[in-house]
This record gives sequence, structure tokens and C-alpha cells, in this order.
Amino acid sequence: MTSDTIPVTQTGATVLDARGVTMRFGGLTAVRDVDLQVNEGEIVGLIGPNGAGKTTLFNCMTGLYTPTDGKVNYKGKVLPARSHLVTQAGVARTFQNIRLFANMTVLENVLVGRHTRTKEGLWSALLRGPGFKRAERESEARAMELLEFTGLAEKRDHLARNLPYGEQRKLEIARALASEPGLLLLDEPTAGMNPQETRATQDLVFAIRDQGIAVLVIEHDMRFIFNLCDRVAVLVQGEKLVEGTAAQVQSDERVVAAYLGTPFEGAPGAEEAAEVAAAEHSKESDR
Amino acid sequence: MTVTTPTTETPAGVIPLPAAGARLTTLVGAVATFASTWLAWTWTDEFPGNLTVTGYPGGLQLLTLVGSLLVLAFTLSTQGVRGLRWLTPGGRNSAVRLLALGVFATTAFTVIAIAVELGGLANLEPGGWIALVASLILALGALGLPADVPAGEDPPANAWQKFVHSLKAPTAREAKELPSWAELLIIAGSFGLGLYAFTYGIDAEDGSPFLGYVIFIAFLAPAIGRAGLTKQLARLTGKHKNVTATAAFVAAFAFPFTQSSDQYASLGTNILIFATVALGLNVVVGLAGLLDLGYVAFLGVGAYTAALVSGAPSSPIGTTFPFWAAVLTGALASLVFGVVIGAPTLRLRGDYLAIVTLGFGEIFRIAMQNMDGTSGPDLTNGPNGIPSIPELEIFGFNFGEPHTILGVELGRFSNYFLLMLLFTAVVVMVFRRADQSRIGRAWVAIREDETAARAMGINGFRLKLLAFALGATLAGFAGTIQAHVTYTVTPTQYKFVEAVPPNSAFLLAAVILGGMGTVTGPLIGASLLYLIPNKLQFLADYQLFIFGVALILLMRFRPEGLIADRRKQLEFKETGQLDVPKGEEPGLTKVGV
Repeated sequence: MTSDTIPVTQTGATVLDARGVTMRFGGLTAVRDVDLQVNEGEIVGLIGPNGAGKTTLFNCMTGLYTPTDGKVNYKGKVLPARSHLVTQAGVARTFQNIRLFANMTVLENVLVGRHTRTKEGLWSALLRGPGFKRAERESEARAMELLEFTGLAEKRDHLARNLPYGEQRKLEIARALASEPGLLLLDEPTAGMNPQETRATQDLVFAIRDQGIAVLVIEHDMRFIFNLCDRVAVLVQGEKLVEGTAAQVQSDERVVAAYLGTPFEGAPGAEEAAEVAAAEHSKESDR
Repeated sequence: MTVTTPTTETPAGVIPLPAAGARLTTLVGAVATFASTWLAWTWTDEFPGNLTVTGYPGGLQLLTLVGSLLVLAFTLSTQGVRGLRWLTPGGRNSAVRLLALGVFATTAFTVIAIAVELGGLANLEPGGWIALVASLILALGALGLPADVPAGEDPPANAWQKFVHSLKAPTAREAKELPSWAELLIIAGSFGLGLYAFTYGIDAEDGSPFLGYVIFIAFLAPAIGRAGLTKQLARLTGKHKNVTATAAFVAAFAFPFTQSSDQYASLGTNILIFATVALGLNVVVGLAGLLDLGYVAFLGVGAYTAALVSGAPSSPIGTTFPFWAAVLTGALASLVFGVVIGAPTLRLRGDYLAIVTLGFGEIFRIAMQNMDGTSGPDLTNGPNGIPSIPELEIFGFNFGEPHTILGVELGRFSNYFLLMLLFTAVVVMVFRRADQSRIGRAWVAIREDETAARAMGINGFRLKLLAFALGATLAGFAGTIQAHVTYTVTPTQYKFVEAVPPNSAFLLAAVILGGMGTVTGPLIGASLLYLIPNKLQFLADYQLFIFGVALILLMRFRPEGLIADRRKQLEFKETGQLDVPKGEEPGLTKVGV
């Protein structure tokens, strides 16, 4: 399990290697020259005040945005700036505002996640040969395993929209895991959860890590982050302020200042945060 | 049998009558209505259906007769009469009430139609008056029956709310387990009945007989739904999917054999063409969620291609392809056209795509109009189109000539009907198999949330193009037969909107009205949309107006369409309750509006 004494340099092979990632929306720089590494078997946290550019960085790494500058490597290969290719390569993600396929069943949601790991095309679907049936059976078996893993097996035939909030979050994780990722990006997985649910999510993330999947997680819940993560990076105003173990980050006065609002030079105001959000929104609706 | 004992008092009916009295009135009314159908309602046989004979019901009297018998059976069933209990597993009095109102509406409509069409009440025989009064007694009695469900916390205040509440029905109880042969028999019997009801509608004469039929069905269908029969049938069909598909196919196959003249087989053929194309559009709209307003162009591509290679004298291409090659060429041409249109436009989303497809649909029509040798290359004869397309001949079987099969003479349209039915079956199979696969799930995922679908590794553009191309191919496939059925292809057959389907607007309406993403939905939607304008010719100029009003009403009261997709059924109704799936399919009619 985790411990605060793990040195920052303790690593397996590097899974994700983002170098000099910069994202500009017109004149506004949402992310500026950020380097971030995630190593095998590691849980890395990404924290920062609202509007710091965390989700923008996620979007740059998952191909939703094309970074203005810098590049993102996954297991030694440059990640293409197309989200379906990123998933294909082995990086899966969840969304801050849950984006399930609301009118599909729980099982179907997870099966959609299997899309990149199966290859039965239209012809095979129309002809229904033995290969198709086997692939469907295997996909379903794998999806059921994941539903068991996340504790949703009972609800396999419910519509995703009818699940309670906490279970929708779990289903998003199950769906992401279905693409057999080597790295999982979680965007605020405990937002809106009560303490029990947060604890359950924490156990779930550990279990995912134990399966050999590296995890990068954005979160505002500090207790959750510091319990969970081997390493934490702090993003403020689009720049990486500090990176280190939970203890190192917690004791860093710049982080405290950024969070508790002690004014430091160029702290992001509410207006700037809104500006970033608006720019991200318009960028997203463009795509 | 367990009688559901309500926890609170169920409110009395709209008309305050003691329950026993109301029941007695209903029964007396039903018997009297039944008897009245054996009398003469009018003196002249000028009114369609001949209602003049005493001792023998005919025409619209038959509907009243069937209705009153059903009221009797349902009322006795609510009283737990042995052998009839199975009729009302769900709602009881609500079903009786709707049926009784249906009988009254049909009878009153008939009486009014007699008076209007023959010019005055003097044309009514005493039998007509007796029928009117008897059915009125029946309706009043039924309105006095107590409601099925308790009022709950919010008792209905005024008469209208009381009426609406009195039509609510509880959910049907689970049917007893039957041996599977009995279940199959029930399915077969239901499809037989369905075929009979549908054939009755197709065969009904234009004007008042058809209108009477529509009124009757409009009450009958929800009444059966209230009684819970639709739900129980849906459970059975969900259990035996392949048997159901076969039964439906056999029922449709039997249709031309029930017809004495070729006139209605022609209607059937056109409905099948329309329905098949609508099902193709359902891949694009219902599954992938792409709004295509120019879909009829693909039907046109298939039809024009088939016409050009059919050996028609005016076709500038002199060759004659065998039928199978013509079908493949037509489908392929549509596929190419679909990809050419789809590749640039599918990068757009939502409204933009709709506008571009609308434009392309018109471009196709105008291009066909202009390729007449003067304003373009000579390919399509311009506005004159390609006339006198020869009849199909497969293995020496000429589709244009009547053949006698099983002692029934099948005319030209019956032949084409049977051929088209095979095409429809292929399209149904393609739709079902594509839907229940990795590809179908990816389409629905794109429809639900494209960004999330991409993040799940789905190549959005490629899959949308695939849906668009498959839809185009299916339409082109159907078009190759349409060319032969209609003898002539002209550009004006492929407009965006006109009073006669198929056209892009009606195709889209058939999909939405029937239920997006389902197989049965577009088939039923297309049948209704073809049959109703065809049978109500007298409305002439008001057809499109009434069509619009009907669509608005439907979207207000049943936005998920007549047949709700399992995935969609809860989308529009925020009931707050969790769906409790046990593998059962949703019923046709939802309980309580």
C-alpha cells in the first residue's frame, strides 16, 4: 500500500511522459509548459484551484485538444491528437461531468468500452458467423467481470440514466477499464460523493492500481488525494507549481498560499477562471 | 385469481352511479347495441356497406357489433366469469370504459355520416336511432363504473380530471406459465387477428367506412393496452423472438391470398416499399442519430439505376441487366452516392447536417430533371423520366401477368408484393443484426454522446459514414423494385415533401411516429402514413394540414413514438422510478398517461 516515505524517484518504467505541454485558446494560455510523468504501478494526483487548467491538461493528453506546443508520449510513442486513437493506444479516461450513454443499459455501456479491443465489423455482424458469436460472448464475459469488480453486476440491465449518482461514477470507471488501458485518467471521481462513497472509490482506485494500471487523478478532496497518491502535482494558473509526495506538497507554502488565498503575484482571479472555462467550453463545442 | 384490493377507496366513475347499477346499465346497453346491429339503420343502400338489411349486420354495423361483444366479454371478465378472466389481467373498468366509448363513438359517427351523406336525419330508419340510444346507454353505464386505481393524495377535482383518472389502469399481473406450444399458438393467433384487422382497414372503402374503422381502432387499441393484454403479448413475443418474426412474415405473406382484387395488393406493395425505406432511414436516424432530410434521394438513385439498366426503350443505356445484377448495381450506386454525400457532410453535427442533406436531396432531384440532353448530358430524359420500364421476369416467372397459386389468382401487384416482402425481410434482418452488434452499440453511443463515444475509442466519423452508407444502400436496394412497380421513374417522385409518400418528410415522420431505433415502429408508422392519406382522399387539400396536427399531438402525448425503444422508453418520461427489467419488453401502451 502507499506510504508517504516513497521517494519521488521510485519508479517502474515511465508510462506517460508529457513534455512542455502548452495550450492556448486565442490569447489565453490555459496550460503553460507543463511536464508530467506517470510511472508504472503509480497513482499520481493532479490538484489545483478551479480554473488552474487541470481538465485542459487532461484533454490535451487524451486527444480531445491538440496542444499548442509540447508532446505527450505513452510508453515511448507519441500520442496522436485524436481521442479514439489515444484510447486505442491504451489511455482511458472518465469525465468530470459524467458522460455516460444515458439510454443504454449498464452492460451496453461497458460493451461500448470494449470497442477498441474487438474488431468485428459490419459484415461479421450481418453474417453472424461463429467468430462473431465468440467475440460477443467474450466481450460480455469481460464486461461482466468489470461490473463485478465495480459492484454493478446486479444492475446490468438497468438504463445508465436510472443509476444513482455514485454508481454512475463507478460505471464510468468500469467503461473506461473495458478498453484495457495501461493508464487511467480520472477527472474528479469523487465529486459530489459522501464520505462512505469516497472511501469506496479510494479502495476501487487502489484495486485498479493493483491490476497494474497506472492512474492519474484530478481531485479537489485533499484527504482523498493525500491518502491515495504516490505523488502529487500542483497546477496553478496553468503552470506546474510543485510536484512531490503528499507530505512534501502539503508542507509547501506556495501550495498553501494558492489554496488558502494568501495573495501571491499573479494569482488567478475569478474572472480569469471564468475566462478559461468559457474558452474551454467554446473549444469543446467546436470539435 | 387474486383481486387487487386497493388500500384506499377507489373513486366512483365520472357519473355518480352505484357500481352494481353502472355494471347493469353497461351490460344492458351492450346487449341492446348488439341487438340493434341486426336492424336496418337506413333505407337506401347508397350509404357504403349496405346497412339496410334487417337480420344481417353489414358495413359499419359490424364494428359496432364487434365492439359491443367485446364490451360484454370484458365486463363479464371483470366479474370473474370462468373462462373469460384472462381478458383483463391489468385494468378492468378502464378497459371497459374505453371500449364502450369506442362503440358509442363509432355508432354515433355512423349515424351522423348517414345523416350527412344522404342529406338529413330522415334517412335514418328506427334501427339507427335504437343503435344510437343503446350505445349511449352503454357509454353512460361505463362512465359510471368505478375507477381502477385509487385516487391517491390528489383526488381529481373537476369532471375532466375525474375522466382522465378513470382511464388509468394498474400494471398487468404476470401471466401464468403456459406450455410453449400454447404460447406459440397465442402468438400465431394474435398475428392472425392482427392481419385480419389490418386487411379489414386496407379493404375498407374510402371515406366514412375507413374513418369509422380508424375511430374504432383508436379506442380499441388503448383499451386492449389498458386491459394489460398488449403487455402480456409483448412478454410472449420477447420470449420467442424468432417465432414472432416468422409469424409476422407469414401473416404478411398471406395478405395477397386474402385479397379478391389486385387493387389493395397495390396498396400493400406501396406500403412495403415505403416501410422498407423507412427502416433503412431508421439506421441513420434511429441508431446513429443523424438527421437526414434528403433520404428519398437514395431511393431515387436505386430506382433510376434499375430503370437505366432495365432495357426500357427510352433508357439511353441500351443494355439489359438480369434482375439480380440490377439490384446489386442499384444498391451499389446508392452506396457510392451515400459515401460521396456523407464524406464531406458527416463532419458536421446536428442542424448543419440536416440542412446539407436537405440540399443534397434537392440537388439530386434537380440534377435528374436537367440531364435531358439540353441542359446537361442525356441520361434521364429530364422531367419526363424513364417510362415503360419492362416487367420483371425471374426464372420465366413474369411479374406482370396474373398467376394462379394455391387456387388463388395473384395479379401483378400481388406478385410484386411477395417479392418486395422478401426485400423487406432482408432489410429487417440487416437492421436487427446491425443493431445488436458492436457496430450498432457504437452507433447508439454516438447518438447518445459523441465526445464520450470518441473517448471510448470509437472513430466517430468512420462509423457515422458507415451508418449513412448502409442506410443509403438499403434505400437503393428498395428503389430497384420500386422502379418496376411504378413503371416510370420521374424526378417528381423524389421530392422533399408532397401529399403522397414516400418522400423525405414522410419517411422521417414514419420513423419518428413509429418509434426510433425499433424494427416494428417504422413499419407501423409507414403503414399508417400511407394508408390514412390514401383512404381519406376526400380531405384532399387538408391532408398535409391534418398530418401536421397529428404529428404535433403525437409529439405532445407520446414523444417516444407508437413503439417505444427499450432504450428510449424512459428518456421522455421522468417518472423517477427505476426500471425493473426482468427481460420483459415494454408494452405497446404505457399505463396511465
